[in-house]
Amino acid sequence: MKTNHLSISLAELKLANPTVLASGILGLSADSLSNIVKGGAGAIVTKSVGLKPRKGYANPTIVQTNCGLINAIGLPNPGIKEFVKEIREAKSFGVPVIVSVYGFSAQEYATVAKKAVDAGADAVELNVSCPHVKDTGSEIGQNPEILAEVIGKVKTTVEKPVFVKLSPNVTNIVEIAEVVANSGADTLTAINTVKAMAIDTEATMPILSNKIGGLSGPAIKPIAVRSVYEIYEKVKLPIVGCGGVTNWRDAVEFLLAGATAIQIGTAVAIKGPNVFRSVTRGINAYLKRKGFKSVNEIVGLSHRG
Amino acid sequence: MKLSAYRIAANKLRTTRILSIKTESSTVKTFTFKDKQCAKAKPGQFVMLWIPSVDEIPLSILNAEEKGIMSVTVKKVGDATSALYDKKIGELIGIRGPFGNSFTLKTGRILMVSGGTGTVPILFLAKKLASTATSLISVIGAKTRDELILMNEFRKTFDKEKMEIIATTEDGSYGVKGLATAPLESLLAKKKFDVIYTCGPEQMMRKVFDLAEKHGVALEASLERLMRCAVGLCGSCVIGKYRVCKDGPVFTAKQLREVKSEFGISKRNLDGSKVPLE
Repeated sequence: MKTNHLSISLAELKLANPTVLASGILGLSADSLSNIVKGGAGAIVTKSVGLKPRKGYANPTIVQTNCGLINAIGLPNPGIKEFVKEIREAKSFGVPVIVSVYGFSAQEYATVAKKAVDAGADAVELNVSCPHVKDTGSEIGQNPEILAEVIGKVKTTVEKPVFVKLSPNVTNIVEIAEVVANSGADTLTAINTVKAMAIDTEATMPILSNKIGGLSGPAIKPIAVRSVYEIYEKVKLPIVGCGGVTNWRDAVEFLLAGATAIQIGTAVAIKGPNVFRSVTRGINAYLKRKGFKSVNEIVGLSHRG
Repeated sequence: MKLSAYRIAANKLRTTRILSIKTESSTVKTFTFKDKQCAKAKPGQFVMLWIPSVDEIPLSILNAEEKGIMSVTVKKVGDATSALYDKKIGELIGIRGPFGNSFTLKTGRILMVSGGTGTVPILFLAKKLASTATSLISVIGAKTRDELILMNEFRKTFDKEKMEIIATTEDGSYGVKGLATAPLESLLAKKKFDVIYTCGPEQMMRKVFDLAEKHGVALEASLERLMRCAVGLCGSCVIGKYRVCKDGPVFTAKQLREVKSEFGISKRNLDGSKVPLE
């Protein structure tokens, strides 16, 4: 698509369109990521990678609920040392590669981020919001002091933009977003999954082996849109909206709320990798119909008055 | 967004009770359940079977009928399969699926090659093809005579006029001594086939694929990988650019040519790293 009115900037990254693959979806191998790029994604975020290999949890690791999925996969990844091969390969696909990073200390986040950037990552997204692994993810993102320490450490270690993915499982997401902005991060991603659970009534027990997981999909979209809207009013950083985007209308809703770009994850299960192209086309048609010259014109538009 | 747009209804977990159990060998049993969602399952598709408090595992479907009576056959190999193996009639299990694509139903001269529990989807397929095939030869392999499963079921399906079963055992305790691939070279040299269907250990299927390529015969193979989500999201089951759960589990020779550096050679581990097939 020759559509530079769809192109956007996120920190120093240039994206041909505002659709981004959300972390955790097919992001463990470069081969799978290439399918997502062919499907039209403007940028890709890898699965979260840590310092050491992790096997994740036993199955069941996913449960479908009405309008969403609950997952507790448990951050399986081969460790950054092994994963750099995939980053190097993914670099050749022609879209920005954002490596999602988790750690069990500020130093670990920084070490992994550095190795990712050294391998060619265009940016890192700090996973401070995974709701189902102890001592990392949301346990960091819910604690302003540790969160600031992690971001500060990563910022002094890498020269590339630092995205921070926020957890909705907090009392006030705006306060956390302000901590993130004050700690020197470049971009906010909102939101990660919502802490959730499903119990089987016949077996009378939680279904996930980890019992608790994170809810994604259309069920959480209104929570995500509200989060983006509230953050946009108080924080000046660009926001990447994430949570339940399945079609162009969902994407436009996020942009109007104040997101510069949107991430798509769960919808890949329903619509396949081409969901990125169909959402982008839909945004394009919307802009044309409404007489907007650029996608940037509608970012935060719903805040007027 | 409408609920109806959420078109992965088969993914919803259903709990159901075990209706019947059939012992196939000293390590293999067939379990039958009632599950409406599986009524239209096709040969090659799989379900995720939840053994509460233990695990959830992918299993090939052995049979599915209109009323939703469906069976899976399981070999006791690890904690999850052993826990299932020890279940009794009336106990609860959970089912998600059916997932994935299925074998293409072709006519003409058909060759089937299966090993171990790979015979499960192949038997389901044979039942569907029995009436329309011009000829059908099925090579069924196992380590020993005891592990040669579903032979009687195969015999019942087969019309002796146009069908033949060739059994192979590695220890020579029954049929041809050797791997399931042992009789293939001469079969392919002597007879013409329109299609080969295969399922079993991946190194076996790789040999079948190489022979099919050499003799210019079309092929479909059903692959197995570590499965988690089963709906094409988590990436646990990838081979090259393909997701075994969603793009497979059945792949054509054309697709397998694209993943030649992995097919029969490597898989992804629990931590996502690529490791050699054992």
